[in-house]
Amino acid sequence: MPDRVSIRIDGELLHARLGQTILEAATAQGRFIPSLCHLKGLTPVGACRLCLVEVAGIGRLLPACTTPVQDGMAVTTRSDRLDRYRRMILELLFAERNHVCAVCVSNNHCELQALARRLGVTHVRFPYSFPKAGTDLSHRQFVLDQNRCILCTRCVRVCAEVEGAHVWDVAGRGIGSRLVCELNRAWADSRSCTGCGKCVQSCPTGALAMKGFAAEEMVKRTETITRLVEAKGVRA
Amino acid sequence: MGHTIQIHHVTRIEGHARIDIHLNDEGRVSSTQFHVTQVRGFEKFTEGRPFYEMPAITARICGICPVSHLLASAKACDAIMAVQIPEPARLLRELLHCAQFIQSHALSFFHLSAPDLLLGFDSDPAARNVLGLIEKHPEAARDGIALRRFGQQAIERLAGERIHPAWVVPGGVNRPMSVDVRDQILSELPLAHSILRRTLRMFKSMLDQFPAESEAFGNMPTMHAGLTDLDGRLQIYDGIVRFIEADGRPAGRIARPLEYSRMIGEAALPDSYLKAPYFKPRGYPEGIYRVGPLARLNVAETCGSAEADRELAEYRQRLGRVVNSSFFYHYARLIEALWALERMEELLHLPEILDRHVRAEAGVNALEGVGIIEAPRGVLIHHYRVDERGAITGANLIVATGHNNLAISRSIQQVAERFLENGRISEGALNRVSAVVRAYDPCLSCSTHAFGRPAFRLRLLGAGGTVLDER
Ligand code: SF4
Ligand code: FES
Repeated sequence: MPDRVSIRIDGELLHARLGQTILEAATAQGRFIPSLCHLKGLTPVGACRLCLVEVAGIGRLLPACTTPVQDGMAVTTRSDRLDRYRRMILELLFAERNHVCAVCVSNNHCELQALARRLGVTHVRFPYSFPKAGTDLSHRQFVLDQNRCILCTRCVRVCAEVEGAHVWDVAGRGIGSRLVCELNRAWADSRSCTGCGKCVQSCPTGALAMKGFAAEEMVKRTETITRLVEAKGVRA
Repeated sequence: MGHTIQIHHVTRIEGHARIDIHLNDEGRVSSTQFHVTQVRGFEKFTEGRPFYEMPAITARICGICPVSHLLASAKACDAIMAVQIPEPARLLRELLHCAQFIQSHALSFFHLSAPDLLLGFDSDPAARNVLGLIEKHPEAARDGIALRRFGQQAIERLAGERIHPAWVVPGGVNRPMSVDVRDQILSELPLAHSILRRTLRMFKSMLDQFPAESEAFGNMPTMHAGLTDLDGRLQIYDGIVRFIEADGRPAGRIARPLEYSRMIGEAALPDSYLKAPYFKPRGYPEGIYRVGPLARLNVAETCGSAEADRELAEYRQRLGRVVNSSFFYHYARLIEALWALERMEELLHLPEILDRHVRAEAGVNALEGVGIIEAPRGVLIHHYRVDERGAITGANLIVATGHNNLAISRSIQQVAERFLENGRISEGALNRVSAVVRAYDPCLSCSTHAFGRPAFRLRLLGAGGTVLDER
């Protein structure tokens, strides 16, 4: 089998490496597909569904971050339907927790906010659920604010795959799902947390942040995580 | 049959209020009430938040003076961290605060109150607003806009954002001031200075036109409270809260912020979301006191800057050492703005204000913290309690308009008694009732409804609650 394949993205003929995902192939060519749970370097999980694309001949939409390219594949990354769905997904994310951008540590540096802006989400049509989602302020250096968590599991993956500590997991089901530290301990009581802060740097929103940072002060270093992974060769 | 006159939506104040005037059988005023009809609930919904988020959250209370809440909140956080913030940060915070005073006082004087003062209380209500002012007194309107812009631009230059700057943080400020910014602000000072001089001159020349207003606009003996330094100089960022009697004798003071509740009690009022603070040693409601420009100039010995002190001397020569008519809030406001400008100049010339060490870092070192500053409208207190991890377990905010609550109600009564006759209320009388509220520049729910056209809704209610008249 050749290790190079030809695919069409939005009508344009491109070459990609076999084994690449649609998202990787598109990004390598400088094309934009919205994504949120994906962080280059971590195992893709297809959790947020923002990267859904249309693939010719396949009746359902596929997540670009987990779908490998195949020779002759024809992918559509933008359409009215996709735009509509993506906006709806973002609105649902906003409605699910208590996101108050104006006072958030990550205001103006938040991937969720940036995507909403880019995809033209001007308001949320669904009723907010205003959950009572707590905070974990027990750690000396970091804070977890469940109000801002979108359950992308980047923190879970970076901790398990890169740091090897596996502090984070997701407990519960459906709307009741929550990020938990080990078996639902206070962060300060974690036996495996090394205090490296990789989870904080990976988190796309203000859910994980440095303690003591005021509104708008938290800028995440996601590329550092990607570079670190590449340097360590954890995942090619 | 007793009547109730309700004035809904007092216009040209910042927020929402309703005034009830109860008339007795003879159509005379029997009592008045000032209701604040919005609840903000900040104290409740901040529970559980990390304490260091409080400056950003509480700054959202108000679009007019967010800087005040930012500063009071940051000071309360400094207290929880138990740090003394670096001196340059303290100076920068004060500088920001001075700019805020100037823009806020400019808004209050020119945009909100000048229409009454320059166009007249009895002038056509449709034109008695900032637009009417632009038409009749374009120079004053221009001055007002330019002065406010000066303050706002200085804030923007320092903090990077006009409304809700994220620059002030627990422990200091998050970035030092550049030489460029300093020089820019310095270069803009002279224009603001000349506007203030001009405005003071104009205001003083008009003083004789309002004998009835200066007589009856909340002209009453009350205590006054304000911040000064140890030498009795006017302070707005830090100092001692002093209480004086209506005749100027000292009554008490808050030297340690944490002990404010020994001096200040808070009474909850029916029908209003605004609590009524009172001077505790005297009890409620005898412990009525005023805060804000009038009170500050009553409490302070001096302003501490040359030109403002000259104006202060003249002010006292005209009106006495302690001024008890709330009509003169406007006058006091102008003198304060002048002082703030001089203070800005002084601060900008200090070499250490450019120092790069502007933030102290620390965790939770005290489970309680209180920050007290002077907002443009008066003493502002933020009081937080936290658990050992730094999560807020309780917050109490006492805002300037709260302190003045009792005084405002009493002033309304006085104005109503003076200007209402036989249960009838003329347009001019109606406006004077609102104007006396505006003299305090109340920041009620702290929204920015500054430019609404006059929209008084007056209702005459019979004893049974039936609407007798409405307009
Ligand atoms: S804490 Fe952040 S990184 Fe972790 S799941 Fe939530 S949003 Fe994702
Ligand atoms: S980025 Fe592909 S599903 Fe989230």
